[in-house]
Amino acid sequence: MWKRFRSNIGAMIGVALLATVIVIALIAPLLYPGGPWQMVQRPFLAPFSVDGLPLGTDTLGRNVAAQLAYGARVSLLVGLVSTLVALLIGVPLGALAGFYGGYVDEGAMRFTEFFQTIPNFALAIVLVAIFEPTLASITLAIAIVSWPPVARLVRAEVMSVRTREFVDAARLAGLSKPRILIQQVLPNTVSPIIVMASLMVATAILLESSLSFLGLGDPNAMSWGYMIGAARTVIRTSWWLSFFPGIAIVITVLALNLIGEGLNDAFNPHLSRKGKA
Amino acid sequence: MSIIVAILSRAGKAILTLLAIAILNFFLLHAAPGDPAVVLAGEAGAADEQMIEQLRERFGLDQPLYVQLGKYVGGIVQLDLGYSFRQGAPVAQLIAERLPATLLLTLTAFFISLILGIALGASASARVGKPSDTVLTTLALLFYATPLYWLALMAVLVFSVWLGWLPGFGYETVGAGYTGFARMLDIGQHLVLPALTLGLFFMAVYMRMTRASMLEVAQLDFVKTAKAKGLSPREIRRRHILRNAILPVVTLAGLQAGQLVGGAVLTETVFAWPGIGRLMFESLAARDYNTILGVFLVSAAMVILFNIATDIVYRIVDPRIGARA
Repeated sequence: MWKRFRSNIGAMIGVALLATVIVIALIAPLLYPGGPWQMVQRPFLAPFSVDGLPLGTDTLGRNVAAQLAYGARVSLLVGLVSTLVALLIGVPLGALAGFYGGYVDEGAMRFTEFFQTIPNFALAIVLVAIFEPTLASITLAIAIVSWPPVARLVRAEVMSVRTREFVDAARLAGLSKPRILIQQVLPNTVSPIIVMASLMVATAILLESSLSFLGLGDPNAMSWGYMIGAARTVIRTSWWLSFFPGIAIVITVLALNLIGEGLNDAFNPHLSRKGKA
Repeated sequence: MSIIVAILSRAGKAILTLLAIAILNFFLLHAAPGDPAVVLAGEAGAADEQMIEQLRERFGLDQPLYVQLGKYVGGIVQLDLGYSFRQGAPVAQLIAERLPATLLLTLTAFFISLILGIALGASASARVGKPSDTVLTTLALLFYATPLYWLALMAVLVFSVWLGWLPGFGYETVGAGYTGFARMLDIGQHLVLPALTLGLFFMAVYMRMTRASMLEVAQLDFVKTAKAKGLSPREIRRRHILRNAILPVVTLAGLQAGQLVGGAVLTETVFAWPGIGRLMFESLAARDYNTILGVFLVSAAMVILFNIATDIVYRIVDPRIGARA
């Protein structure tokens, strides 16, 4: 499996790109000890016009490169944590629905359907606007709009694993239902969950950046979406202010999508040549 | 016959969902930090003491929670979405004024993305592994990773600021006084960039889906039969594979409607497109919760209508669904 993943060129490019972003995020305080908010030069300096400021300065004379490095921290953190929270909601709900069936399934699926009908970006906006933008409220809002597909996936997987022979064997061996679910069934659903999670981190990063673009970012955290939002009105004169953060988002999201696809191909070799959507 | 029953049951479900959203809105208003009356009035400082007193009265904020809930939901049932103190108008009226622009934008983007996505996906699937397939799938992967609003900004920069080909701002030329066909043409020109940038992401989604779906259907037995009959590969793709492969794409497109409406908030913000998404954005800074929640409810209603529409299309395209249901 690991071998198949490693021989996938796209996935390896993804790993390299993501590793770069992670390293930059980790060493941001070493590279730019002054932080992302410090004013270092005249405002609106174009890229490469002054030594030491390869990406220029923003509307307040802050170093764009430093802002990008610190923005990586926010994007990765929010993307990762919100995905974990979404898994914490979706996996148990889907597992219970798929394993117990009947009324439990009916109720859980109605609940999931309701959340799937609501336009998720609009719900995220509403949640963050009402609970005031902080890293915690943003992360939670993204998790709340992202869990339904997880629940559906886990439910479907559990339903198919539930009928396999080894589950019957476990039942005959006298294992209790919750133990069968946790020890026998769930471990067999891990690989599709991993694939979905890697793609969810990508979506979460896009969501976070969109929220901060609209001015719903944590005011104490520098993020890529905020940078683009702040530069929106000066796009005619200072294109680089919105260009570079956008590229950073594309690279990170692309890397995660490539990794997700690589994992999917590695887990399902018979589908790999088809390029499943 | 079964189609009518199906639509009625969908409509019943839709009404229940909207009621649930109205209840959710009510609890969100109460969860917001601060006095609900002040919250309702918005933080713009536009509401004076007397107005807040009126609000308290009207929503019965001194009464038990379930009475308040009844009043709130009862208002929404009568299409009363509250009053925007910030804009000085009822929210329902603000939304009604802006809805046509959003419908124009989202529907145009939807059809562009669906048609182009299916066409490109089908042509990529016919050339699996060849350079043109690789180029198309790589492009789709890139669009898939690009933030909508950033793509929109870059499009403004290139096509409006640098090249000057298309307007990058607004719904029509203000003060030009165009009427009839000239006005339609003017609006059409303003529509090109917003609709394309909103549609590109979804085009990538539908393209990948069509390609995968076509490749999957191509493995099925009836395709072998068609081959054995001596049909040309082109004919097989068009008449046999595409027809069957298109169904999951239509389903997906219906499910994506919510994303499209959400994306419109970003696109409208960038292009100053006077729709409900822009209205929502304008209400954010002022924390005009009545308007924000009103737009939220209406966009959910749009998504539900959209889903019902795709469901009907689906049933018409594939008569087997009716038989199964």
